Amino acid sequence: MWDYSEKVMEHYRNPKNVGSIDNADAIGEAGSLACGDMLKLYLKIDDNGIITDAKFQTFGCGSAVASSSILTEMIIGKHIDEVKKITNKDIVDELGGLPPEKMHCSVMGHEALESAIANYYGEEVSACPEEKIVCLCAFKPENEIRKVIKEKNLKSIEEVVAETGAGSGCGRCHANIEKLIKEAQKPVIELSGMSKTQQIIKINNVIERFIADELRKDGGDIELVDVDGNNVYVKLRGACASCKNSVMTLKYFVENTLRDHISPDIEVVEV
Amino acid sequence: MDKVVYLDNNATTKVDPRVVEVMSPYFSEFYGNPSSMHDFGGKVGQKIKEAREQVKNFMGAALASEIVFTASGSESANMAIRGVLEVSKKLKHIVTTKIEHPCVLNLYKSLEKEGYKVDYLSVDNEGNIDPQELEDAVNEETVLVSIMYANNETGIIFPVEKFAEIVKKKNPKTKFFVDAVQAAGKIKLDVKNTQIDLMGISGHKIHAPKGIGALYIRKGTIVMPLIVGGHQERGKRAGTENVPYIIGLGKACELAQAYLEDEVNRVKCLRDKLEQGIISLIPNARLNAAVENRVPNTSNIGFQYIEGELILLHMSDAGICASSGSACTSGSLEPSHVLRAMGIPFTALHGSIRFSLSRFTTEAEIDYVLEKLPGIIAKLNALSPFQKELKAINAL
Repeated sequence: MWDYSEKVMEHYRNPKNVGSIDNADAIGEAGSLACGDMLKLYLKIDDNGIITDAKFQTFGCGSAVASSSILTEMIIGKHIDEVKKITNKDIVDELGGLPPEKMHCSVMGHEALESAIANYYGEEVSACPEEKIVCLCAFKPENEIRKVIKEKNLKSIEEVVAETGAGSGCGRCHANIEKLIKEAQKPVIELSGMSKTQQIIKINNVIERFIADELRKDGGDIELVDVDGNNVYVKLRGACASCKNSVMTLKYFVENTLRDHISPDIEVVEV
Repeated sequence: MDKVVYLDNNATTKVDPRVVEVMSPYFSEFYGNPSSMHDFGGKVGQKIKEAREQVKNFMGAALASEIVFTASGSESANMAIRGVLEVSKKLKHIVTTKIEHPCVLNLYKSLEKEGYKVDYLSVDNEGNIDPQELEDAVNEETVLVSIMYANNETGIIFPVEKFAEIVKKKNPKTKFFVDAVQAAGKIKLDVKNTQIDLMGISGHKIHAPKGIGALYIRKGTIVMPLIVGGHQERGKRAGTENVPYIIGLGKACELAQAYLEDEVNRVKCLRDKLEQGIISLIPNARLNAAVENRVPNTSNIGFQYIEGELILLHMSDAGICASSGSACTSGSLEPSHVLRAMGIPFTALHGSIRFSLSRFTTEAEIDYVLEKLPGIIAKLNALSPFQKELKAINAL
């Protein structure tokens, strides 16, 4: 049983502003079904940039629903410039705290809000894996931890905890930190050192063994189109082609899997 | 607390009042040490002997001396596994399954770090293990095979007596350990008529208190003790006997045996009523296991496009206790390793709920759940971003 605050319980029991808005001025999304957490945020924004209405739909746990619900309350009636400043910590504070293992729920709320604002300004949503927060307790991003591991040649989780502070809380991220340590020690395969055929065989192997089956389970599929330097061009098919989460699928799942198995420099590009 | 409908009996069970009754005199009244020379302690020793006999009968062992009392199912598993490995230190190959309880799986993870090679057998979509895969996995280096009797999350029963034959045929020296924690009290155990070497049970899953378990060690099987010290449990587990709990476990085993003969069908009927009721009343509910070949008390149902913790929280508000996967996995936020191994689709994986009944479950309680749950699920469906998908399911 999680130690949820009264406020969290109130919001998952009776969430506010549930639903969608027809003709929304901005729609934001974060998470995915596969991850077990997904949030869709709809905003109505008037000519002065004031958010006049906000609604949400969430697939997720109690704290995910509570984070979404309170977020809508925090932004209704506010100017979009003001809302931009809201961080996931603000969401946590407003909820009266979240258990350390559940911090990512507030991160998802923040991401959906960012995505909605970007959508309002007509920008592409940037799902940059470099900014992925590995340790949610100490709010440590992946690129920072990766850098310190490399620079100081860290070999154990204990060393990473001591040097970066990441992993000092709930310990949930230890597996991911371990992965980063392993990655830093792994001799990097230079894609550029292979012939094109070798590259394609290598990448196709990883796609077939670790990626395609997962996508097929959800009715999607993937096809390797081309390889150029560190850029891997793929086409998403089936359910993935029309899925709004395809950016997440590509960046988090496909790209990370290829990076884990082949080279951390790989960039996946959808064509 | 207000109304509680407890359908989480695979997590733990209510201690049967008849068990408490036989235990209570052994705290402040007959508190002697069974190892003492005086009659006051000796009488307590006699009661332990009786309890061992009760556990022996319940597990279907040939001899009472094959039963060792432990503090938990986890200890039974650790004692069996570590105890066997300690004896044959040169052999480093172990075979188990992907769907064992975390208490066993995590032990294998540490053993891998200690230099053991562990093969994890997979399961099919219905949760079954392929006997051929087992046969292929065992070789002359295999020191131990461990397979659970029934899965805690899905309730699926594995034909462990057949598996034991396969293992012994391939390598007679390989020891076979069965984690029977979730089978005990739900199906008849008859270990003497099998080739199983070691079998563990836990008290608190069969209406005894938490903090007591037992391990069956077939006569002739050598197991190094985990706890070294006094001569208790014939040198297999040191430490003064936990007298009241041992007596309680004995009684719980006796009651469970009687219950298996007379009453187990009643629980199966209630489980089936609950399961069929949920599937017919709630369109986005699907059964996460084969219908046949399960322990009679367990049902694992996936509610598509909504998330399990949220369902549990809302059920809890209505006084209904269930679980999403194993309670041990819920702290880690990872979806159930058992359901993932079975290839349950993501749409239902995260929204999977385990209902587990006991001999104390009543029909009125099942009716209450069937009355409340459709409303809860409908409320949560309304929160889901997958309205289109849910509509499509509703239209079917």
